[in-house]
Amino acid sequence: MFFVMTPSRRLLSLRRSLVHCRGVSVENTGRKAAVDRVLSAFRSICGEDGVSLGEAIREQHGKDESVHRCRPPDVVVFPHCVEEVSALAKVCHDNNLPIIPFGTGTGLEGGVGAVKGGVCFSLRNMEQILDLHPEDFDVTVEPGVTRKALNSHLRDTGLWFPVDPGADASLCGMAATSASGTNAVRYGTMRENVMNLEVVLSDGTVIHTAGKGRRPRKTSAGYNLTNLFVGSEGTLGIITKTTLRLYGIPEAMVSAVCSFPSVQAAVDSTVQILQAGIPIARIEFLDDVMIDACNKFSSLSYPVAPTLFLEFHGSERSLEEQVTMAEEITQSNGGSDFQWARDTETRNRLWKARHDAWYAAQALRPGSKAYSTDVCVPLSRLPQIIVETKKDLLESRLTGPIAGHVGDGNFHCLMVVDPDDLDEQHRVHLFAERLARRALALDGTCTGEHGVGLGKRALLCEEVGPLAIQVMQGLKDSLDPKNLMNPGKILLNGGF
Amino acid sequence: MSGRVLVGVKRVIDYAVKIRVKPDNSGVVTDGVKHSMNPFCEIAVEEAVKLKEKKLIKEVVAVSCGPQQSQETIRTALAMGADRGIHVEVSGKDYETLGPLQVSKILAALAKKEDAQLIILGKQAIDDDCNQTGQMTAALLDWPQGTFASEVSMDGAQVKVVREIDGGLETIKINTPAVLTADLRLNTPRYATLPNIMKAKKKKIANVKPADLGVDLTSRLEVLRVDEPPQRQAGMKVETVEDLVEKLRDTGMV
Repeated sequence: MFFVMTPSRRLLSLRRSLVHCRGVSVENTGRKAAVDRVLSAFRSICGEDGVSLGEAIREQHGKDESVHRCRPPDVVVFPHCVEEVSALAKVCHDNNLPIIPFGTGTGLEGGVGAVKGGVCFSLRNMEQILDLHPEDFDVTVEPGVTRKALNSHLRDTGLWFPVDPGADASLCGMAATSASGTNAVRYGTMRENVMNLEVVLSDGTVIHTAGKGRRPRKTSAGYNLTNLFVGSEGTLGIITKTTLRLYGIPEAMVSAVCSFPSVQAAVDSTVQILQAGIPIARIEFLDDVMIDACNKFSSLSYPVAPTLFLEFHGSERSLEEQVTMAEEITQSNGGSDFQWARDTETRNRLWKARHDAWYAAQALRPGSKAYSTDVCVPLSRLPQIIVETKKDLLESRLTGPIAGHVGDGNFHCLMVVDPDDLDEQHRVHLFAERLARRALALDGTCTGEHGVGLGKRALLCEEVGPLAIQVMQGLKDSLDPKNLMNPGKILLNGGF
Repeated sequence: MSGRVLVGVKRVIDYAVKIRVKPDNSGVVTDGVKHSMNPFCEIAVEEAVKLKEKKLIKEVVAVSCGPQQSQETIRTALAMGADRGIHVEVSGKDYETLGPLQVSKILAALAKKEDAQLIILGKQAIDDDCNQTGQMTAALLDWPQGTFASEVSMDGAQVKVVREIDGGLETIKINTPAVLTADLRLNTPRYATLPNIMKAKKKKIANVKPADLGVDLTSRLEVLRVDEPPQRQAGMKVETVEDLVEKLRDTGMV
């Protein structure tokens, strides 16, 4: 039966929305009064310059690198240590103020938007690298430490932290979003590489998920609290320390590029390379549209065809073996133009195309904004989903070059949209939903690395099912009964 | 030709650290602060190791002047591919007043002792920004110098150096033995990998005292005071262009 907007229904819906608005505005006034009350408490905890009400600062802390609009908090605080974080959280808890943790603001799913206002905890002043144990391959860092800063600090020890999501993100932020990157096929994602966390809960309680200072390489002690908080996107607690697993810097690296006659051929090569036991470090797929964009942007001349970018890590001798085997496999799948490079400068040139992909996509339509999709499916389903997705792109008249971490079955359509064309933006939104559902139908996930944030909450329900969602909600209610921790993210609660 | 290259490596406060001035303004805080090899020295070591890999020279010797901890810096150079190290022990007050003049005297003495064919240094250190040691060393030895090198190639007994200068690039050809100083774009230094760090533990570091080389460490400079740069003042917003011009006139800028 169709829903008909009769005059009485229209009046009813208008009244309902007025009541809702008034309710929201009462809520807003109540919250503003609460914020004013707590300002002096905040200032006494983290100092005069540790609290900011400035419009520019609040706007800076209300958005990330996604397409979601800015949702500024009411106030931003800059704690210096976990004791300050705990004291601030307690004040927020006692005054029912939402708490939004903020690392570097490089997220892609609107995770830092203060949809119900509240207090943004900017953790950038907590930037110590603590407890480095090179002999044990572990280190503990605070939220202000970024991936590149840690690797620079480690460079003389022969160790590195390989999870590389592209942006120079906060490592604790990466733990909060369960980030991944181009190296995941060999080194894993944050889930596999976080050993312990120090977390401040919504009422100020400080816990250590694996016990204070503990860093055994493996454990079967109790519930896996560490991985409960990894990927919780600030909805269960504020991560103030993370203990990370480190790896030896590879002795040598070789990069290679190869073109293929079809998506199937490229993915078949990927599967066979993995099945041959080659410990490949990076295997990236760029479709023909993407390669064309890269050629234009970086003045390169790769064949305009599905392309694989490969990177091998190891000793000089093992590299020779790896590259020879990989070349044979690609050739047997119709691969051509296999180029490889050993020295840093040539390797960087070979990979420039892949590194500039984001900008190359945007350069296809100057003045456009870019949005990245993020589905992940089992390897064997990859050719099917990419072919169907490319067909959908054509039919929807959308520009979406594809770049993917094909070794994990994860790919991104870099949707390039005109920010003033609402119809196109709507088409992109529908396309992204169809893509996510296509991935779910193929035993995959709607988000391989970016997280759920604001935009994928409904898809999460479809993905894990209502019973698992109930369990998630139960955990959330148990750890954060007042729903103060980053409201409106991951779970559809509070009417948002 | 001995085929031996001397590379100077200096232990400095790590480039990523926020420098703080001591409360008594006598210097900067170094206790408990992360130190590492001067970035330009890393480039110098890399160039020397590259020359050895191309079989153009036979041995790379890493030299550092400083206290006990300087040995860590030499170990990093060994992990990057240097063959052996020389630690010239300078500590206490002598170390606080150690500058390019004394270091260049030490390097000149070592170059003669080791019969070096080339000395490669970083163009400057990131703590004092002096940019003097390479030039002084060449003068003391009366050797040619190729400073601010962004490209180095060996041509028999001569070295072709492309130098970065204000107007662009200058290419010179100098005889060996010579002193080179490395600029930023000369190369990208390699990381020390675990196996190489292990191998480096077995390489030798010789201990030498400046007196053994006949070098007088007395400084001719005295640091009077160290201050932080002035704090940035808050700006102010004005409503109109007329207000802006008035403010600029008031403060004497226009």
